[in-house]
Amino acid sequence: MSEPVSASGTVIRRQIKLPFTKAVEISLKSIRIRFWRSMITAAGILLGIAFFASVRMSAVFSHAQQTRVDEKRATLARGGKLSAEDVILINSAAANAKEEAAAGTRLQWLSIMALLVCTVGITNSMLMSVTERFKEIGTMKCLGALDGFIVKLFFIESCFLGFIASVLGFVVGWLVISLIRLAMDGVEVFGPYFWMQSLRLCGQSAVIGTVLTFLATIFPAYRAAKMPPVAALRAEV
Amino acid sequence: MANEYVVRTKDLVKEYTMGDQTLKALNGVSLDIFRGEYISIMGPSGSGKSTLFNAVGGLDKPSSGSVFINDVDMAQLDAQELAYLRCHTIGYIFQTFNLIPVMTALENVTLPTVFAGMSTDEGVERGIELLELVGLGGRLHHKPSELSGGQQQRVAIARSLANNPSIILADEPTGNLDLNTGKEIIDLLKSLNKDQGVTIISATHDLKMLDVSDRIVWIRDGQIAKVEERKDLDIRIGEMEGQEALH
Ligand SMILES: Nc1ncnc2c1ncn2[C@@H]1O[C@H](COP(=O)(O)OP(=O)(O)OP(=O)(O)O)[C@@H](O)[C@H]1O
Ligand SMILES: [Mg+2]
Repeated sequence: MSEPVSASGTVIRRQIKLPFTKAVEISLKSIRIRFWRSMITAAGILLGIAFFASVRMSAVFSHAQQTRVDEKRATLARGGKLSAEDVILINSAAANAKEEAAAGTRLQWLSIMALLVCTVGITNSMLMSVTERFKEIGTMKCLGALDGFIVKLFFIESCFLGFIASVLGFVVGWLVISLIRLAMDGVEVFGPYFWMQSLRLCGQSAVIGTVLTFLATIFPAYRAAKMPPVAALRAEV
Repeated sequence: MANEYVVRTKDLVKEYTMGDQTLKALNGVSLDIFRGEYISIMGPSGSGKSTLFNAVGGLDKPSSGSVFINDVDMAQLDAQELAYLRCHTIGYIFQTFNLIPVMTALENVTLPTVFAGMSTDEGVERGIELLELVGLGGRLHHKPSELSGGQQQRVAIARSLANNPSIILADEPTGNLDLNTGKEIIDLLKSLNKDQGVTIISATHDLKMLDVSDRIVWIRDGQIAKVEERKDLDIRIGEMEGQEALH
């Protein structure tokens, strides 16, 4: 294999691509140092996911409650005896069922909207972070960073934040709704169905949150990578 | 490799278009720079020093004309080859230091070795060696914000040397420093030039640079007004000193 050679015989070499771990190392450092700014970026996704998780958890509880009501009705149909509490439960369930279903659907839509708003917010905050760091990015390019490396820095940083914020957001939303339901309905709704659904929703939240932050970072990361190295010399604005 | 010119520019032109006006920041600059030279580019503000710096450093493309680094025409390089050049062949020093604020002095100096693919241990060893060379052996783990301007510029100089470049480009390296600190930085650059044989090209307003330069290129309105050798200058400085002695 021969390397390209200039007229006078100088060998022209190409810059190597850096291993992924180096990009991870630098991105994490960047998050740590700009901790509060990172937290504000993360807070957007955290709140969005918390809302999403709380809406979904409400649905899980409604479903669990419905199952419980159905069981009691079945007992009644078989000619079994119900306590006074159970009778109240069945009556109120019958009265609320339609309303609750409608409100639930509305909330689902609202939570999806909230997530979209979050995505736009993250795009905005990442764009600002790119503008803020124009000098740093330009300097890195002067030192030999390739476009792809800059892209990786921004993606790793935002996906890491997105993942952590989503999991935390899930915990917040889950905890709030669970505590409310615990106070309202007692421990009976916390069956295996509840735990299974919680686990599933946790995974769902993490994936949705991370994917949304990833999507939100595509444009800012591209902007950063296309920043010309001369940006390093530009005066502070 | 005994080619005597490390940098050559041929008829460099850089035009900036703003609205219907075009401004020629560089207007036909041809300059040959010898290996191991210390060159100062002097000229009034707006004369095109930084523009020349950018073109020679491969940071910005000229409108026409060419730049050869070690006989390689920069225009023929693709992005990856340019990045290699910036990483290995050229070291940059800026007026505003441009250290990465989130990294310590040592991490800043090590960064170019990371881009060069050097192992972490080797890079750290090299970083420490360089920081000691610029007299900051005791400040390895300070953040830029915890260093004075002069110290930050020393870190930047150490960083520019990380991958043993053949050229150091400096755009007003003393522009943000006081008189004495500026003098220290100039002496440091000169000693690197002498001891390591690295070519130094420095755009500057700073008359203190005249003493250490092998040649001074005077730029005016994007053109080379004159090129002076140090020996001619010595005579003039000698004359001036002689005249002062008379008074
Ligand atoms: N990005 C740009 N767009 C338009 N004009 C520019 C741009 N950069 C520089 N110029 C113009 O080009 C000319 C040369 O600028 P340059 O920055 O090279 O000057 P300089 O000699 O470095 O000045 P100084 O000593 O003040 O740094 C100036 O007239 C400037 O206004
Ligand atoms: Mg300038």
